[in-house]
Amino acid sequence: MSLLSVRGLQVLFGTERGEVAAVDDISFDLGAGEVLGIVGESGSGKSVTALAIMGLLPRPPARIGAGTIWFEGQNLLAFGERDMQRVRGPGIGMIFQEPMTSLNPVFTIGDQIMETVRVHERVGPKAQRERAVEMLAKVGIALPARRLDDYPHQLSGGMRQRVMIAMALICRPKLLIADEPTTALDVTIQQQILELLLDLREEFRMAIMIITHNMGVVAEMADRVVVMYAGKIAEHAPVGTLFAEPAHPYTRGLLDSIPSLAGERERLKTIPGTLPNPAAMPPGCRFEPRCAWRIAACAGASPPLESIQAGHESACIRQRELVQR
Amino acid sequence: MADSVVALDRPGVAPEASGRRVRWEVARRLLRHRSFQTGLALFAIVIAAAVLAPWISPVNPNKLAMRARFLPPSWEHLFGTDNFGRSQLARVVYGAQLSLFIGTAVVVINAVFGTLIGALAGYFRQLDNALMRINDAIMAFPAVLLAIGVAAVLGRSTPNMILALSIVYVPRTARIVRSSVIVIRQMEYVQAAVAAGAGHLRILRRHILPNSMAPLMVQLSFLFAYAVLTEATLSFLGLGAEPPTPTWGNIMAEGRQYMREAPWIIAIPGAALAITVMALNLLGDGLRDVLDPRLRIQQ
Amino acid sequence: MGRVIFSRIAGAIPVIILVTLITFGLMRLIPGDVTAALGGVNSTPAEREAIRQNLGLDQPIHVQFVKWYAGLLRGDLGRSHLLGKDVTQTMFERLPVTLSLSAYSLVLTILLGLLTGMLAALRQNSWVDQAAMMFAMIGVSMPNFWLGLMMIVLFSVHLGWLPSGGYVPFMQDPWGWFRATTMPAISLALLQVGLLARITRSTMLEVLRQDFVRTARAKGLPNYLVVGKHALANALIPIVTVVGIIVSLLMSGAVVTETVFSIPGVGQLLTSAILNRDYPMIQGGLLIVTLLLVGINIAVDVAYAWLDPRVRYERG
Repeated sequence: MSLLSVRGLQVLFGTERGEVAAVDDISFDLGAGEVLGIVGESGSGKSVTALAIMGLLPRPPARIGAGTIWFEGQNLLAFGERDMQRVRGPGIGMIFQEPMTSLNPVFTIGDQIMETVRVHERVGPKAQRERAVEMLAKVGIALPARRLDDYPHQLSGGMRQRVMIAMALICRPKLLIADEPTTALDVTIQQQILELLLDLREEFRMAIMIITHNMGVVAEMADRVVVMYAGKIAEHAPVGTLFAEPAHPYTRGLLDSIPSLAGERERLKTIPGTLPNPAAMPPGCRFEPRCAWRIAACAGASPPLESIQAGHESACIRQRELVQR
Repeated sequence: MADSVVALDRPGVAPEASGRRVRWEVARRLLRHRSFQTGLALFAIVIAAAVLAPWISPVNPNKLAMRARFLPPSWEHLFGTDNFGRSQLARVVYGAQLSLFIGTAVVVINAVFGTLIGALAGYFRQLDNALMRINDAIMAFPAVLLAIGVAAVLGRSTPNMILALSIVYVPRTARIVRSSVIVIRQMEYVQAAVAAGAGHLRILRRHILPNSMAPLMVQLSFLFAYAVLTEATLSFLGLGAEPPTPTWGNIMAEGRQYMREAPWIIAIPGAALAITVMALNLLGDGLRDVLDPRLRIQQ
Repeated sequence: MGRVIFSRIAGAIPVIILVTLITFGLMRLIPGDVTAALGGVNSTPAEREAIRQNLGLDQPIHVQFVKWYAGLLRGDLGRSHLLGKDVTQTMFERLPVTLSLSAYSLVLTILLGLLTGMLAALRQNSWVDQAAMMFAMIGVSMPNFWLGLMMIVLFSVHLGWLPSGGYVPFMQDPWGWFRATTMPAISLALLQVGLLARITRSTMLEVLRQDFVRTARAKGLPNYLVVGKHALANALIPIVTVVGIIVSLLMSGAVVTETVFSIPGVGQLLTSAILNRDYPMIQGGLLIVTLLLVGINIAVDVAYAWLDPRVRYERG
């Protein structure tokens, strides 16, 4: 049985013009120790999915319309706030995009790390401190004991993200959700953080759900990939297969738009158009208005996810043709 | 005034381009804002009462009627009568006139001098230090005490009251205008104008001042409220217009001795004062929410 | 940190000097003959001359100025013409009264204001929020002397529960002090409570939107820690700066509250001094009160700097 199993998730947001689905009928699995990459443009619903799993969506205006989220055999959506608090930290950890603003500026990082332990485990102050130092060392921070008394503004961006990781993992969760963890960091640091995550995954045997819009990060980290577009899943495949045989025009577009250092200099390829307005979704396939492969049938009904091979699904009517090309 | 909504969102774009359409949009949003509606309605009632005073109460507010002393509110005397038999309705309504007049005068003076000083301090860095020190010194005095001090020194009269209140509140207005000007001075479209060789006066007039209007409008609204409240306080302490001219403050001061027998003498002008101040506060809230929600923390 | 304290004090010095100048100048700006007003309508020229000499008004202005400053540095602010007593001494006799009333009011303000504001922020847009903000709006709009008078009418005249005025020193009779100061403290506090509630609410709302609050929840912290520790600690920083304004408003309000409730404090002293043209008292009293406020504002600034680690650990 998978560690995490999302089935038919629908998240609605109340707006001035009625309710809008930010995430519509999403399903995927994540096995223990696996790295799942969730890719898509901003606004595709990736972060909303992550927040829904953590129970951190602001309700109102958000509301779970439908679906279940199974974690270790229990439906998180049926949990009350108290129960979710017990899951967050020891069960699932989460790190966010902006390490600068994600840490509380008026408390030391030691305090912020130790309080996580303090809340979830019956451990005395000395032991809390030891755990914190140990964790900071694991995430690659030099002189960890001294760093405990530093304030967030005294650390660099990369160090802050390491602290966030330490904070999220100190209770040894089985699953780490990383929402764009490297987007706000310098390029050189990005690499270090990604490597750190993979090392920790080895050591702690945990699963990672990494959310990103960067195909390079996906290639680096993920075992399997879910491609999201406009609140729905476009394609779902193991990483190698996705890059070699993309079966959805959107995935193709994403891959084509990666600039390459080798070869001739050519214009950067982009996907024309923009994400549809959630309040006014196209009736058929959501990608259809921007799709180079569209046919008349595409505007008719939203294509369901269909399997091409084992473990590889795509929501495109013309998926087989795409793969053959 | 509406332009600053746009200005603060898009620093690169000169907001004068938006013009009339934005103003209409802002006016509509204001009128839909609940606090603003309530405030406007209440304030309209107060203004109407003040303007229509001669019709609402044709009786002379200073007319003595010793046979009708201490009458509680009734159909004949809506607000009752006081120790001299004077119609409280007349006195309160004429008092409204004076309060509104003083409030308006103080607001106008603040608008002019507050903007002048604030803009000078915000725009010309050489003047900033000196002006702000003087500003801070004046603001160091508790408002009511300073107002009492100035009014007592100058003597009892309505113009002196207006002057005293202005001296107390102009520094606060100047500070707000200065903050605005400093922020806008650094915006890209102003720097573009400077680079294009525009003179100081032109930049101030065309770019900086129109876009500083939003926080100023909000402040002026609350200022009207403070002015009316402080004037009533000073009046109550004996510094306002000389009796028998009715002001809400001195009606309450005189009525204090008769608290037991005739509490309505104090109750009604105070209620009128509270309603007026609340109306102005609601207007201010509405203006602030619509013009710049970011100001919420300061108020 | 020491650097912060030093710079705040240094910055306040020009303000303090200007305040003394303004106070000095205020009294010299009075139109008309001061001595005639002081001596009365029927005073003889000799009497008026005596008054003039008494107040030192016969000296040229720069001499007056120097004498004023010299006296200032000695702590001698002259003699009250009206009361026949030393200004400094009278002020310090009355100060504890006003301070005890203000302290009572301040405690009420902080407790009620913070609580109301936080409650409103946590239950945003619910009926609790609306009620709290309406309460705050009423507080901010109500004239405090009217509220005081109305309370006297209700609680003293009709119900007879509380005295209608006067003051009992705490040391002498704590319960008596409490009974005498409760109504004045409430009428004085209401304006500040409204103000603090509104500012607390908006600050809390702003802070609750911040990323680090989301992180705190993501760590599985219970709600009372997320709000009571993480959010509140950050919200208090801007709120502390409001305390300076609130204390100034308290002083302003105390003036008229003491008059309404016949409390022998500094506010009432100054008001009667001003109305009776007791110039030395006005000058000295105003100066002491204002300097006190400047001191409090410096303390608030320093507290702000200390509370925010980003300011506390600023390099250079």
